[in-house]
Amino acid sequence: MGNTITEKILLAHTKLKKICAGQLINARVDIALGNDVTAPIAINEFNKSGGKRVFNKNKVALVLDHFTPNKDINSAQQCKAVREFAMKQKITHFYEGGNVGVEHALLPELGIVLPGDLVIGADSHTCTYGALGAFATGVGSTDLAAAMLTGELWFKVPSSIKFIISGALKKWVSGKDLILHIIGRIGVDGALYKAMEFTGETVSRLSMADRLSMANMAIEAGAKNGIFAPDKITREYIRKKAKRDYKFFYSDTDAVYSDIIEIDAAKIEPQVAFPHLPSNVKGVSKAGRVKIDQSLIGSCTNGRIEDLRIAARILKNRKAATGVRLIIVPATPGIYQAALKEGLIEIFMKAGAIISPPSCGACLGGHMGILAAGEKAIATTNRNFVGRMGHPQSEVYLANPAVAAASAVLGRIASPEEL
Amino acid sequence: MIFKGRVWKFGDNIDTDAIIPARYLTTSDPQKLATHCMEDADPNFVSKMKQGDILLGGENFGCGSSREHAPIAIKAAGVSCVIAKSFARIFYRNSFNMGLPIFESRELVDAIEEGEEILVDSARGTITIARSNKTFKINPTPPFMEELIADGGLMKHIARKREKNEK
Repeated sequence: MGNTITEKILLAHTKLKKICAGQLINARVDIALGNDVTAPIAINEFNKSGGKRVFNKNKVALVLDHFTPNKDINSAQQCKAVREFAMKQKITHFYEGGNVGVEHALLPELGIVLPGDLVIGADSHTCTYGALGAFATGVGSTDLAAAMLTGELWFKVPSSIKFIISGALKKWVSGKDLILHIIGRIGVDGALYKAMEFTGETVSRLSMADRLSMANMAIEAGAKNGIFAPDKITREYIRKKAKRDYKFFYSDTDAVYSDIIEIDAAKIEPQVAFPHLPSNVKGVSKAGRVKIDQSLIGSCTNGRIEDLRIAARILKNRKAATGVRLIIVPATPGIYQAALKEGLIEIFMKAGAIISPPSCGACLGGHMGILAAGEKAIATTNRNFVGRMGHPQSEVYLANPAVAAASAVLGRIASPEEL
Repeated sequence: MIFKGRVWKFGDNIDTDAIIPARYLTTSDPQKLATHCMEDADPNFVSKMKQGDILLGGENFGCGSSREHAPIAIKAAGVSCVIAKSFARIFYRNSFNMGLPIFESRELVDAIEEGEEILVDSARGTITIARSNKTFKINPTPPFMEELIADGGLMKHIARKREKNEK
């Protein structure tokens, strides 16, 4: 009986000889991540338990990206606490100020997370790194404290659902639409406690940006992790980024899956998730007339240069409709610079957009893009829960960057084909 | 452990933004978080509930973000335990790691009305509705999770294991 890629990566981080789904294990952690919201609690727990040094200063990443640039005094205090800890512990991967990016865009871009790694992060979207063929999962602050102290953490080995995706993608359809479609099909707890393994000929052609968007939203189906087998696209992506060893793992042909789901990608049009669950999806042609007050293009789901290029294609020589606040958030300083160089920022500004510094702020209703009661936003982010981006009576609609850009121009949820 | 209290019933997919909205995450002070517990699901929850009351959820309770502020807010508000049909996995982990007792019982959640009083006996694995004396079984907790609770959470569990190894 063979193993899945998820099982094999977990096994490689233990002293065990074999592994199976459902088993409780202690495993070594390659990277432990925290941010300005979750790290303060972890640091407190670390200190309370008498922690002196982190297990390895090169394997902890602390990224101040949520309420930054500091929103208020409280958030400044939280950032200060993390900064002091990072300095004292001489943490190699500490990012703030002009170096900070949205953590799940930043870590892959800098080659901090690599194929075959076991990554834990006190942030639910840590599952993003599965795109590289790593096992990556979101945990809580106490878990982060334990991992920083011991370099290990307990896991229950998840069973896996295999998604076989085939067919050519229609125009304007991206990884975001595939994952929204899948969540719509299986529900927000359709992969609860499980691994989502994405395979098939469509997947083998998907860019790394699309894979990162898909793995990013595995948590929105309740999954422990999302994962892609590494291939030549992975190799090309990490070629210049990797500064340490990494390993490619693959599922055995006789690996055991709890379920196998086939997806015909050719039938999917751009998707929109209506309030208030990411599973509440419709094709954009069936969205009806939904007037919007804000369009947000950014986040750990869709704030990469590829996403900004798509938005720019649509926004070039066009303007956001009167009354629509178009906010564009390049996810990292590297992406921001590339967008400047390629002339995208100029296109956005001519379209009337606000260019935000890299930050998670608007996506989670923290700051820099909050909605008032009754307002509606289309966003390339990952969650549309009640009050997610502001007032509990505001609404968030999730979509890909092309749809978000077209909607900004037309002032209502719209397909790029309508322009 | 025995918990006795009135139940407050919520639906399926209660997410962490409903339990503690992100706008309050500029602090991790339990008492401050407690004042906003469940605010976007029921703005009056904190003023209505009494110490020791019990939270009831449907499927996938605690889905969404990894914020440990969610179980911290619930615990600090004075909720004695949470019972749901099922829990989202990070919330489940967090609750055991930081010591908020949580239990699964689909049958109880379907059978009970808001405001009723129940008795939870975690050692016996039962929940009894006071008025009708009807008893329901709690889904068994994995032995490792029981060990975590018995040790007082993950950090204390690790400390105990380290002590044992040094001996």
